[in-house]
This record gives sequence, structure tokens and C-alpha cells, in this order.
Amino acid sequence: MGKFWSILFLCVTFFGVGTFMFGAATGVWLPENVGSETAYSIDHLFKFILVLTGIVFIGTEVTLFYFLWRYDGKTNQQPAKFSHGSHTLEICWTIVPAATLLFIAIYQLNTWAAAKMRTPMANGYDMAPTVEVTGRQFEWRLRYPGDDGILGTKDDLFDVNDLHVPVGEEVLVSLKSMDVLHGFYLPNLRVKQDAVPGMKIPVWFRPMKEGEYDIPCSQLCGWGHYKMTGRLVVESRAAYEKYLADLKVRQNSVVPPWAAQQAAESIPAQGTPEQTASAESGATSAGTSSNNTTSSLANTNR
Amino acid sequence: MSSISVGSQAHDLSHAGGHAHTQSFLSKYIFSKDHKVIGIQFLFSTLIWFLIGGLLALAVRWQIAWPWTKVPILNHLYAAEGGQMSPEAYTMLFTMHASVMIFLVIIPILAGAFGNFLIPLMIGADDMAFPTLNMLSYWFMWPAFILLAASFFVEGGAASFGWTSYAPGSSNSMTAPGSLNGQTLWLMALICVGISSMMGSVNYMTTIIQMRAPGMTMFRLPLTIWAMFITAILQAFALPVLTAALSMQLMDRLLGTGFFTPEGLTINNQAVAGGGQPLLWQHLFWFYSHPAVYIMILPAMGMVSDIIACFARKPIFGYKPMVYAIAGIAGLGFIVWGHHMFVSGMNPALGMTFMVSTMMIALPSAIKVFNWLGTLWGGKIQFTTPMLFAVGFVSMFIIGGLSGIFMAATPIDIFIHDTYFIVAHFHYVLFAGTVMGVFGAIYFWFPKMFGRKMNEFWGKVHFFFTFIALNCVFFPMHILMGQPRRYADTWHVSVFRHYQPVNEFITISAIVLVSSQITFIINFFYSIFFGPRVGRNPWHANGLEWQAPSPPGHGNFDFQPVVYRGPYEYNSPEVDEDFYPQNQPPPKDRPLVSEEMGH
Repeated sequence: MGKFWSILFLCVTFFGVGTFMFGAATGVWLPENVGSETAYSIDHLFKFILVLTGIVFIGTEVTLFYFLWRYDGKTNQQPAKFSHGSHTLEICWTIVPAATLLFIAIYQLNTWAAAKMRTPMANGYDMAPTVEVTGRQFEWRLRYPGDDGILGTKDDLFDVNDLHVPVGEEVLVSLKSMDVLHGFYLPNLRVKQDAVPGMKIPVWFRPMKEGEYDIPCSQLCGWGHYKMTGRLVVESRAAYEKYLADLKVRQNSVVPPWAAQQAAESIPAQGTPEQTASAESGATSAGTSSNNTTSSLANTNR
Repeated sequence: MSSISVGSQAHDLSHAGGHAHTQSFLSKYIFSKDHKVIGIQFLFSTLIWFLIGGLLALAVRWQIAWPWTKVPILNHLYAAEGGQMSPEAYTMLFTMHASVMIFLVIIPILAGAFGNFLIPLMIGADDMAFPTLNMLSYWFMWPAFILLAASFFVEGGAASFGWTSYAPGSSNSMTAPGSLNGQTLWLMALICVGISSMMGSVNYMTTIIQMRAPGMTMFRLPLTIWAMFITAILQAFALPVLTAALSMQLMDRLLGTGFFTPEGLTINNQAVAGGGQPLLWQHLFWFYSHPAVYIMILPAMGMVSDIIACFARKPIFGYKPMVYAIAGIAGLGFIVWGHHMFVSGMNPALGMTFMVSTMMIALPSAIKVFNWLGTLWGGKIQFTTPMLFAVGFVSMFIIGGLSGIFMAATPIDIFIHDTYFIVAHFHYVLFAGTVMGVFGAIYFWFPKMFGRKMNEFWGKVHFFFTFIALNCVFFPMHILMGQPRRYADTWHVSVFRHYQPVNEFITISAIVLVSSQITFIINFFYSIFFGPRVGRNPWHANGLEWQAPSPPGHGNFDFQPVVYRGPYEYNSPEVDEDFYPQNQPPPKDRPLVSEEMGH
């Protein structure tokens, strides 16, 4: 039976490699990448480490198989080696992995810095946020700076769950949360950042391909976590500006109560923030799969 | 010889007539202070919770594969309209699956069941240093059992903000139904688990330092004991932080403090008091819970080392490097918690330092794998059931260890954080790793616990199906790149819709995995009563525990064990047999072989 079990352990190698090959062949793997160099270098790092760990995986699993096969007590005629180890081997397999791991650690620092540390610049200054995204159970509230380009002024434009950005340009999101933790996640752009109540966190990315993508919530935020999905619309500069202009016209006709409240809160001079009834009620059971991408705002205005 | 302590001698004397006095049923089997009975009590309790946790996982998997369809059996308990599972119930189920598995199964089965049963036997002591404290450590688990079980039935249901219970979702009662009452019970249950663990860990440390048999030097201890010792140290240093964090969240919930709630929050359209910081909870929680990951794997590593050396009939390869690797994992384990928080909003510069320390913790794990392979090299391997599970542990730990490198790499973690890649990783470590090791340990030490052997054939059937099914469950999760965790229905994210067939395959495999445990349950209970009786040392192993009667009586040894060598001298040229018990006096007519590692 020793041979049978050895082969079972060898199967792990084939199954592991086969699963990844199946994924690569059928597309059940990395989602389409429409990001800039940073997003691509994340994919590159992933594949680089996949190859590196793949080699170690195959090497160790096959060694395990070979030792089980070769030293099966039923067939191995030689006496067991009375060995307590080897200093030379121990030093080898300490230094080689240590050097490799240190290399991986240093190799990726640049990508990390590009993704999370080097905030984007415009004309030599820190860039102003393109949009403010606020997580709320269970929707993404959006606030564009409007004509003056400054967030928190009267001409801000509001929307829900429908984030429009221009293609090929750096987008800087100012990420907030109104209630619990949320996770701003753009699978196609390899972007993820938790929205933390009480903090304003910058998130930046540069989408390179026009289209509609998902903004799922990645951090557990309650029963409706699974359906807290926004839409990212990447479009040409002209279409983006038209969208903002339309939003302005729409908003000047009717201001939904929650948007008025949010605008009032952000201007300290104005009076006390009053609690207004919101469009969404809280914890109710929702078994059916309702699509939340059409916002309550859009409905109000029609 | 000089290592025996005065306290230990006094203890020996006080138990000299231990067999003579009779005990009532209650004090012998229920409120027992005997470490073996307490260990077996822990074993039974945790195995029952293991079954409950497994069924919770099945319900979760069912919902992922076939969203909003009727769940067999469970739909009677958690039916929403039309018999489907409600999303509130879903969040509750995965929260409780993880909480049960981590706090009521893995931690207590390793430290509580095996730590208790093995430590005194393997070091040649008659019992723990503090038997009453030991009994208390078991009985402090019961409030936790009752609180967690009861939390399913309170208004709003059990806790539902994940086993990590991130604030402010968990610390404010209006954020989710489970945060209404269930979260309070969850916090109180965990405090009880913590008290139990702390009682256990001081006991283990004292026992291992003070009560070793004459001749049992620290470097003659089995690796199981080294792992238990270092785990106890980890527990003792990390637990106070968790207890503090749990108490703070409890105060946030009950007394209106705001440790984890910032200023100006509106939850469910109500303003809440603030002044705190949600990230503080994450730092405090992971400062315990990352070392806890090693608390959940190190004892399994130790037990697997003992099993592999025994059935390879060879000394363990690189004993001292193995000890240093355990210590290295434990030491580094305290400075890597930030890798759970790379995308949390923590300063990205801090992420870099945590990334380097996390990369480095892969090193001692790699050293351990290489040494296990070295132990198999040149052996005379016996493919017994415990050996299959132990080798399975090594094979699976390679996968779990390697996939950890991906998430240690900060840029990749941005993408894979909170996705199924993470789920695959930690299930490979905790299920395919630790649970395989635990199964191996149960099959291995069962004869010592009950004086009977488990059935080998059915043990191998159990291994075969478990091994295949678990790989079918957890390996495909690696290719579900980007699919978010904790989603009741992934259909809402269009980019992941085509993953659904893989999710269904995983769920079907999970059903096979849970079903194949029936062979274990039947084998386990049948063997307790009807398994073949065995003598003291059925596996021809070297450890001191195999020199005591099976099962050992009160006071363990019917002689005073004196130790002459380490526990791994299999196939030593000093003796004719292929094993060489630690307490067997060396022969006078043969040259002695050095215990030191070769060059």
C-alpha cells in the first residue's frame, strides 16, 4: 500500500498545477485588467510569485513523493539511516529561502509605494480629489466637486452608486464612511481600500479602457454587504463632462433631502444637522436579488 | 538528574498511594483533577463543536453555491420568506462557523485536549503542577459553550460581524441584527475562553519547567512539548491584549463608551456617541489573533514531528533547528499582525515594515518543512493511519505556507485581501494543516487514551476521502481571484458571475468532506468500547508516555521514569530493536552514539 499512498501524495502536485491551468484556460482566474502600470505590476508580481512558489511547490511535493516511494519500509531493504541532521544542509536551506524572501520583499516595494504612498500630483501640487466616495449601509454615495473644483462647496454634485470617471486620466478618490467599515474595491483596476468612519483616505487609479465595471464592497458591513455594489463608468472626457452637466441640471431642479443634509453638514457656518428620513431603511430582510444600481436620487428626479 | 525539583518530589510522595483511595464517579469523571480525564473532556467537547462548526460551514457553502434556494434541514431554523436563507442568517452562520472553529475547536483541542493529556505523560510527571487550576480551565469553557449556543436564540440572532468583529459594526447595536444582543454574548464567551486558555498556559509553563522527570533536560523534550511550551508562552503574552480589547468593546456596547466609534457617525439614521478609532480594535484584535494563528498550528507541528519520526523509524532531522524554528515563528509572530491591515487605512509606510517581518516568518516554516522531508529521507516508512495524516499535514502545509507569501506581498494583498484566495490560504493552514495533524494525533495517541486501538482500515478510508475532498474544496478557491468573501450572493458582481460553476463544485466537495467524517465518528466510538486492546507501546515509540500503562492510572507511571536520551533515537546502533525508549538504560557492552547533529 505504500506505493498507493505515495502516488496519492504525488497527485497533489498534478491537481495543484492542473487547477491553475484550468483557471487560465477557462478564464476563471484574474479578472480583466483595465488599470495603469500599477495595476499591471500587481498582476506581474502575482504571476512572478506564482512561478516562484510553483517551483518550490512542485519541488517539495515531488521530493515528498519520492521519499515516500523510495523509503517505503516494506520494500526498502537498507537499514534506516541513523542521522540526526546536517549543519551544512540546515545552513543552506536557511540562507537560500531567506535571501529569496528578502528579494521578494524589496522587489515589490516600488509597486506598493506607487499604489498607496505616492499621492498623484497635478502641476507640481497635490492633486485635488476628483470625487468623494462615502460608504453607507448599503450604497456608495458620491460627491463631485462641481464647477469650482473644490469639495465641500455649494455647487457640489451628488449621485449614488454610479461613479463616472474619464478614461486615461488619474482619478483621486477621497474615501469616507458614514457608519461602519466598508471596502472600496475595483476588481478590474486592482484597487482596494477600506473606508473607515472618522478617516478620509485617498485612493487613486487610472482606468485605461472605457466600459462599465463593478464597485463591490470588500469589507463586511452588515447583512446587505453582498449587494452593496456600485457601477464604475469609464468614459471619454467629453462623455464625462456631459454626465456632470446633466447631473447639475438634474440636481438644480430637485435637491433630495439627504444631499441637502450632507451639503449642510460640510459647511460649518450653517445650523445644526437635523436627522432626516432617509430613502433607505435599515435592517430589513431581503431575500430577493434587487439591483441597487439605479439610485433613489435618480428616481426622485424623474 | 539534578533537574528534578523539590516541588516535584513532594508531589510524587503525596501521590504515592494514589491508586489506593477510591473516588466517586463525579470526582473521577466529571469534576476530575486528573490531567488525562480533563484532556479527554476537552477532546469530547471540542469534537462535538467541530461537528457543529462543520455543519455551519455546509450551510454557508450551500448558500454560496445555490443562493436563495432551500437549505436542507437548516431552513426550518432560519427560514425567511419562501424557505430561503435570509442574508442576516448568512452573515450569522459564517461568523459563528469561524468563531466556533477557532475558539471552541482548534485552540482548545490542541492546548486543552492534547496539551493536557500529553504534557505530564511525555515529561514523566504524575500530573500537572496545578490540578485544580487545570480543572477550572476546562469548566471555564462551559460558560463559553452555553453563551455561544444561546446566542443563536436571542433577539436578532448570533453575532454577525465576522469572527474578527470589526468595530464600529460590532460595537454599535443598530448596525446589524446580530449586533443587537448576539455580539454581547459573543464577547462574554470569548472572555471565558481567554480565561480558560490563560489558566491552561500558566499551568503548562510551570509543569514543563518544574516537573520534568530526572534526566529530562530541555533538549531531550519531544517537539510536541516544545511546541506546547512555546504556545503557552504565546498565549500568556498575547491574551491580555485580547481580553482588554474584548472588555473595551463590551463597554462600548453596554456602558456607552466610544473606544472604537469615531465622532459624528450616523448609524441606521441615528447619531451615535464617539471619540474613538475603529482601527484601534483591529490593532488590538490582531495583536492577539495573529499569534493565535501560531497557537493554532505550532502544537500540530510538534505532534506531527513526533508521528513522522516514529513511523519513519528514524531520528528527527535537525532537532535543534526545529526547536529554534518554533521559537522563531513565535517571536516573529508578535510583530506581523499588521499584515491583516494592509488596506485598512493604516499608514502605508507601516505596511512596508510589516511586509518584511511577514516575509521573514515564512523562513522558519520552510525550515520545518525541509526537516520533515529530511526525516523521511532514508527511513523505513510505515504507512499507518497516523502517519498518513502526518504526511498529509506536511503536504498541505506546503500549500498553505506558500500561498501566504502572496498576501505578505503588500501590492498583491491589495487585490486579494478579503477575497477567496485568503479563504483558501487559511483553510489550507487550519483545516488541511492543523485538523489533519489533530486527526493524526487522535489515531496515534488513542491507544494511550483508551487502551484500545482504532481500526486501521477505516482510518485509512477516512484519510483517503478527507484528503481528496479537502483538496477539491480548498484548492479551487485559489483561482477564484478577486471573488469577495462573506458574500451571500456573488451574482451582484457581474465580473465574478462565471465563477459560479466552480463554487458549486466546491460545495459538492464540501458535502463529501463532511460526510466522510462519519467513518471517523463511528470508528472513534466503536473503538473506545470494542477496539482491540493494546499494551503499553503499540507503535514501538520512544516517548515516555508509551512506558506508562494504557490507559495510565491516576498518577500516570507505576515506576519513577529516569531519562537517558532524546525521544527520537529510532534505529540506534546501540540497541538491536529499531526503537530505544527514553528511559531504557544504555547498554554496557556497546559504544555510545553521540546525540549531536552530524556535519
